[in-house]
Amino acid sequence: MTDRTDLPATGSPPLRHLLDMSNLSRDAIEEIFRTADSFVSVGARQVRKVPLLRGKTIVLLFFEPSTRTRTTFEIAAKRLSADVVTINTSVSATAKGESLLDTVRTLQAMQSDMFVVRHRDSGVPHLIARHVDPGVSVINAGDGWHAHPTQALLDMYTIRQHKGDLAPLSVAIVGDILHSRVARTQIAALGRLGVTDIRVVAPKTLLPQEIASLGVRVFHQLDRGLADADVVMTLRLQRERMSSALLPSEREYFRFYGLTPKSLRAAKPDAIILHPGPINRGVEIDSVVADGPGSVILPQVSNGIAIRMAVMALAAGPTPRQQPVESETPR
Amino acid sequence: MKPRIHINRGRVIDPANQVDRQTPVYIADGRVVALDRAPDGFTPDQTIDATGCWVIPGLVDLRAALREPGAEHKATIASELAAAAAGGITSLCSTPDTQPVADSEAVIELIHHRAGAVGGTRVYPLGAATLGLAGAQLAEMATLAASGCAGFCDSVGPVTNNLIRWRMMQYAASHDLLLYLRPWDSTLAAAGCMHDGTVCARLGLPGIPVEAEIIGLQRDIALARRSGARVHFCGISSAQGAAILAHELPRNKRLSADVSAHQLYLTDDDCGSFNSLYRVDPPLRSNDDRTALRQALAAGTLSAVCSDHQPHEADAKLQPFSEAEPGISALETLLPLVLQLIGGELTASTAIAAITSGPARILGIDAGHLGLQAVADVCVVDPERTWQPATDGWLSSGRNTPFMETPLRGRATWTIAGGEIIARLDRDE
Repeated sequence: MTDRTDLPATGSPPLRHLLDMSNLSRDAIEEIFRTADSFVSVGARQVRKVPLLRGKTIVLLFFEPSTRTRTTFEIAAKRLSADVVTINTSVSATAKGESLLDTVRTLQAMQSDMFVVRHRDSGVPHLIARHVDPGVSVINAGDGWHAHPTQALLDMYTIRQHKGDLAPLSVAIVGDILHSRVARTQIAALGRLGVTDIRVVAPKTLLPQEIASLGVRVFHQLDRGLADADVVMTLRLQRERMSSALLPSEREYFRFYGLTPKSLRAAKPDAIILHPGPINRGVEIDSVVADGPGSVILPQVSNGIAIRMAVMALAAGPTPRQQPVESETPR
Repeated sequence: MKPRIHINRGRVIDPANQVDRQTPVYIADGRVVALDRAPDGFTPDQTIDATGCWVIPGLVDLRAALREPGAEHKATIASELAAAAAGGITSLCSTPDTQPVADSEAVIELIHHRAGAVGGTRVYPLGAATLGLAGAQLAEMATLAASGCAGFCDSVGPVTNNLIRWRMMQYAASHDLLLYLRPWDSTLAAAGCMHDGTVCARLGLPGIPVEAEIIGLQRDIALARRSGARVHFCGISSAQGAAILAHELPRNKRLSADVSAHQLYLTDDDCGSFNSLYRVDPPLRSNDDRTALRQALAAGTLSAVCSDHQPHEADAKLQPFSEAEPGISALETLLPLVLQLIGGELTASTAIAAITSGPARILGIDAGHLGLQAVADVCVVDPERTWQPATDGWLSSGRNTPFMETPLRGRATWTIAGGEIIARLDRDE
């Protein structure tokens, strides 16, 4: 294993690693969406399996607890007929002091074809991708506050499903942007798909200092941030934000940033509401909104399976595509 | 008997004595005995042909971690002194973040003993200002100074309690001891691992705002003024920090400041793909900060450039960015990084002063110049020689440098310390 810095590899297969949005061109995203379209029907069939990844071994390497993401990756891999091994941090070797890269090296020696990685530290999938053998793919299933590309892709896919072309839409992201890998990746994905009106809404304590550099408009008042929005994406608020002086209370947060029928009056009447889950009812979103007609929270979950199938199939599938994914610099 | 050395046909640049001309240098009994004309009866044991080379004072490095005692898996005094000599460094200050911490005479004596046994580059140990660098109780600074400590640090484990910081300065001032302080508010830096800027916003890493340095500086400037302490600020990283110093330094002659060489080259942009070789403390800041630091060096606000050498074993860097140990192995790149900056606002004289007479003056040692009867610490450098650390020899045990694959220009060809040749690049000459 050598240290390679030229990642992710371009050329075929079209998607060797999926680490963040920086190396996904608009065309690559469209290809993922087209592939996902073909998998949506698989879920509706009596036999919900395709043989695309038969004989491939996929390791889900979860250093941080997750239910939803892990489960949908697992289902997606199984529907592609791959052999799936899930490793959770609580039972893993790293708990015994083995280093992160040693764990990866060991699993690679067992002929794994793909690692799906979740870790609490930003940049871990990049670190792993630099050290795996050629032919082994790394899919980021969420790293620290940095990126969660399959989540952002399924969000974009869900928006497209309900609103068509994304470019002309006004999209507001509400909540704890600072600690959110989902928000960072959504911003990058929206930008890549041509959306020009991206807003973030949060108090300054929950925003990165230089957030505007990511190409968003910054709002601290919910009604102004939601004005005429087509899409509203809210984020989960972690309890520990209260103890670190980022917020006074859940009560005050809900009062000023919670999505309620009243606060949503500022948005367009047909606005759709997304949430990456799991939701805190009464903290960032009112139950009436979460379960209401504008909510697409459950379609997000089922789309998650199709998107993850598409990503895994494109990264490890048997048919290398002709056109390489264009490499774009993230800066 | 030390050799008589004749260095011929080189361009001698000795900023402390305003010398910059092509002239021979004569060394005998460990001292510079003449420039220009050989003393009567001088017959050299060794003649060095310095055609096309610069002859400058041996480098003085204010901050380098040698790792011994306690972290010999990272480096040893022997391995790092060899690297220092190859890098043209003839005097260096070792940082006190050893295990045990350099807060007792025993550790200082051990460092002196080991360094003495190795020979070559002279080591001036820095002691801890507080016991165990813990920031609670004062170390026996006056006793440590008597056993050879050149200065006292809080720079690796900043003292967070302002009352203790003040007393540390008052006590150091009473004995006229040099304090090496890191202008750093640790509560603002918190768990951050990179500059809180645009790259940080994208990467989702915890940030360290520039205000951590600004508030740290303003606090220490106020306490230094009141206590009368001799304070040297380590590793200035920001434009605003440099601006504060430009204002304050003329008002308090007991203050000085340095910059780490890598801060003059790298920015937070370099952290963009989570490469942990770029994880340093204080963090790499923006392009504007880098530009301002270069200007502050040219203007003399930053009167020393140091290596901030921190050798690590490979595993220390094969970690997620935020978990990787900070620092760069830098003894061998200090000289080329500084020389490459010459041009524009930065003259050769100012650049060389920042790695020779500037740091020597801060330490108050007789080094860093080529005056008559000066200790013969000399570096012959080929300013046009390009080399690449990865392929052209690397002596430090720490291979953690982001410059490993970068062609660098300028390299020491001969290093002379105390009149003896301690490193020589081309054996077959």
